Amino acid sequence: MILKIDDLRLRRGTREVLRGVRFDVDRGELVALMGLSGGGKTTVLRSVAALETFDGGSIDVDGVVLRPGGAHPRAIVRDLRRHVGMVFQLHYLFDHLSALENVTLAPIHVAHRSTVDAEKRALELLDQLGVAHRRDAFPRELSGGEAQRVAIARAMAMEPPLLLMDEPTASLDPARRNELGATLRELTQNGRTLIVTTHDDDFARDFATRVVILAEGEVVEQGAPNQVLVHPQHPATRQLLQMAAEEKQQ
Amino acid sequence: MSSLRFVLVLLLAIPAQAQQILRWGGDSEGGAPYVEADPNDPSVVQGFDVEIANEIAKGLGRKPQFVQVAFTSIDQSVARGDFDIGMSGVEETPARRAALAATIPYYEFTEALTVRTADKKKFQSLADLRGHRVGTLGGTIAYELLLDAEKKLGITAISYDDDVHPYEDLQQGRLDAVLLDNIIAARSMRRTPGLYTHYDKPVARGHYIAVLAANNTALRDRVNDILRARMRDGTIERIYRKWGIWDEFQQPFFNRVVGESASGRVGVAPQPPTRPLAHSATGPLLLKYIPALLKATLITIAMSCLSMALAVLIGMAVATGRVYGGAIARTLLTTYVEVIRGTPVLLQLFVLYYGLSSVIRLPAFVAALLGLGLNYAAYESEIYRGSMEAVPRGQLEAARTLGLTEWQVFRLVRGPQAFRLALAPMTNDFVALLKDSSLVSVITVVELTKQTSIFAANVGSWVVPGILCAALYLALSLPLARLARKLESHWRAASE
Repeated sequence: MILKIDDLRLRRGTREVLRGVRFDVDRGELVALMGLSGGGKTTVLRSVAALETFDGGSIDVDGVVLRPGGAHPRAIVRDLRRHVGMVFQLHYLFDHLSALENVTLAPIHVAHRSTVDAEKRALELLDQLGVAHRRDAFPRELSGGEAQRVAIARAMAMEPPLLLMDEPTASLDPARRNELGATLRELTQNGRTLIVTTHDDDFARDFATRVVILAEGEVVEQGAPNQVLVHPQHPATRQLLQMAAEEKQQ
Repeated sequence: MSSLRFVLVLLLAIPAQAQQILRWGGDSEGGAPYVEADPNDPSVVQGFDVEIANEIAKGLGRKPQFVQVAFTSIDQSVARGDFDIGMSGVEETPARRAALAATIPYYEFTEALTVRTADKKKFQSLADLRGHRVGTLGGTIAYELLLDAEKKLGITAISYDDDVHPYEDLQQGRLDAVLLDNIIAARSMRRTPGLYTHYDKPVARGHYIAVLAANNTALRDRVNDILRARMRDGTIERIYRKWGIWDEFQQPFFNRVVGESASGRVGVAPQPPTRPLAHSATGPLLLKYIPALLKATLITIAMSCLSMALAVLIGMAVATGRVYGGAIARTLLTTYVEVIRGTPVLLQLFVLYYGLSSVIRLPAFVAALLGLGLNYAAYESEIYRGSMEAVPRGQLEAARTLGLTEWQVFRLVRGPQAFRLALAPMTNDFVALLKDSSLVSVITVVELTKQTSIFAANVGSWVVPGILCAALYLALSLPLARLARKLESHWRAASE
C-alpha cells in the first residue's frame, strides 16, 4: 500500500469540504477519483500533496504521515515531497523558463544533479512524452496538450512513487485523451502509482484500474471501473454517469 | 448731467489711480537689513531697500507696492513685467547691465570671508583655503569668485540657495569658510556664534543696484536722478545709519556716483575682482559653461544611478517584508511607504540634511543620495509588491510540490518573474528620478538644473541655457523611455 487516507476531515469556514474520506491505494494502481464538481476531489489531492492543512484524520504516504491541526512540520513536508508529485489542471509551468528548464529546475536545485545529467534525463522524459522537439519553447508558445506533457515531465523528473493529476482530461479531445491514457498506463509500468481526478467516465473505464466516487465530502462507492461505472450502486454515481451521458450527447 | 460727469470722473480716476502705484520686487526671505517682514506686522516689509524704494516712489509721485519674488528670480520677473523695479541686494554685474536697464549703484559692499573663530589665523584669504570647502549664495558675484578660486587656488566652491545655511554649515564644520557680502556676514555673526569675519581683508568690492526691464530706460533715468538727489541731500546716509550699514566706504562712493553725469552708465569704475563676465554676446560665455554643464550632467547621472540602485535594494527588501513578513514587520513597512509617499521629497531632503545635522552630519552628496534613494524605495517597493503578487499562486505551489524550499521558490520562480514584470515601471521611475534629482540642489549639490540656473543668472537669459539643459535631459531620458516601452510590449506579449 502506498497511500492510506483515513477519516480525512477538512472544514473551510463553516463549510465541511471533506467529511471523513477514507480510501487506500496500492502500488502500481491508476486510480480515477470521480465525483460532481464541489465534491472535494481536488481538495483530497491538495491535502495529499500537503498544499492544504486539515482538521481530522490522517494521510499516510509510503510511511510519511500527515496529521491534522496547523501547518505540517517542515521536515515531514520535505520528506513527503520525495514521495508525491503533482500535475495541476492549469499546468502552472514556470513562464520564464523553457520547457527543458521547467523540467530540470527541481533535479538541479533540489536533487542537486549536475546540469548535464538533469538535461539528459529531462530529454528522455520529454521524448517519452512526445514533446522533446519543444525543449526550447517557452510555456506561452506551447499548445495545451504540449504544456500538459511538459508539466507531467516536470513532475516525473523528481521520480515520485506517487503522482497526483488534477483533471488531466479536461479540454482534451477523444484522440488526445486516449493518447494521454496510454501514456499514463505506461507510467504505471514500473510500480509508479497515479491518482487522477476526472469527469470523464470513458477515460476511467478505459484506463483506470480502480474508480473512487466522491460525493459531498465522502467516498460513496469504489471498485473496478467495469463494476462501478456499469452497475452503479449509489445515487450519486448514477447522477454522475447521467450527467456525463448528457454532456456527450450535446 | 451730473451723473454723466460723475462717470467721467470715475473713468479718469481709475487709470490715474493705477499709475500712481510703483510696484517693486524683492525677496523678504533674504531678511534684514535688506527687506524683511515687520515682526509686528508681517504684511508690512521693512529694511534699507524698502526705505530706498519708498524714496524712489515718493520722488516719482507714486505709491510703493511691494511684490515678493525669489531672490534668484528678480531679473527674470522684472524683465517679464511682474513689477517695475527689482531691488533687494541686487548686485551690479556686467551681464545684468547688458540684459536689463540698471540704475546707478546705491551701496558699496565688500565680499568678506567668514571662518570659525578657531581658524581665524589659519584662514585669512581664499589662498589659505586650498583643498577646503567654501560656501556662498548661488548666482552671486561671491559664487563667481569662488568658482574662479576653485580653478586657480584649488578650493571647493559650494553653492547655497539662501544666505543662512552656509553660516550654520560653517559652524558645524561642513564648510571651512563662507564668502558673502559684509552686510550678510555681520548679520550672520550675530545669529551664529563661534564665527569670525575678516572685514579688514575684503576679497572684493561690489555694488547694489536696482533693475528695470531693458526697455524701461526712461523710468530708470528718473530713478537715477532721484537716487543722486537723495545721496546728495543725506537721505540715503540717514537710512544706512538707521540700519547700521553706513561705513567709511560709503561717502567716497557717493561722491564718485554723484559726480558722474546723469548718463545711466556704470557709476563706478569696475572693481578688479568683479570678473570680466562681460562678453556682450553669449557666445564665448556659452563655451565657457559647457564643461561645467557636462560635469553637472555627470553628477546628475551618478546621483540618479546610485540613488536608483539604493531604491531598488531597499524597495526589494521592503516589498519582500510586506509580502512574506509578520504582522509587525508589515505594519512598520507599510507606515514607511505611506509616510514617504505622503510627504514632499523636498521636505525629506531638508530633514535629512539640515534637520538631522545635530545628530549626524551627512555630506551633501550622501544626504541627497539617501534622500532620493529612500524616497524612491517606497515607490519601487510598491511596484515589486504588485509584481510579486502578479505571479500566479499555482506556479508557487507547483514549485513547492517539486520540493523547492520557500527561499528557492522566491529566488528561482517568483523573483525572476516579478523582476521582469517590474522592469518597465522601474525604467519609467528611473526617468522620473533623473528629473527629480534636480531637487537636491536645495541641499547644495550642483547638478544639471542648478548649473543651468547659475549659467542663466550669469548670461542674464534662460533661452540658451534652458535649451541646452533640456537637450541634455532628453538625451538621457528618451533612450530610457524607449527601453521602457520595449520592455513593456515584450513582457505583455510574454504574458498573453
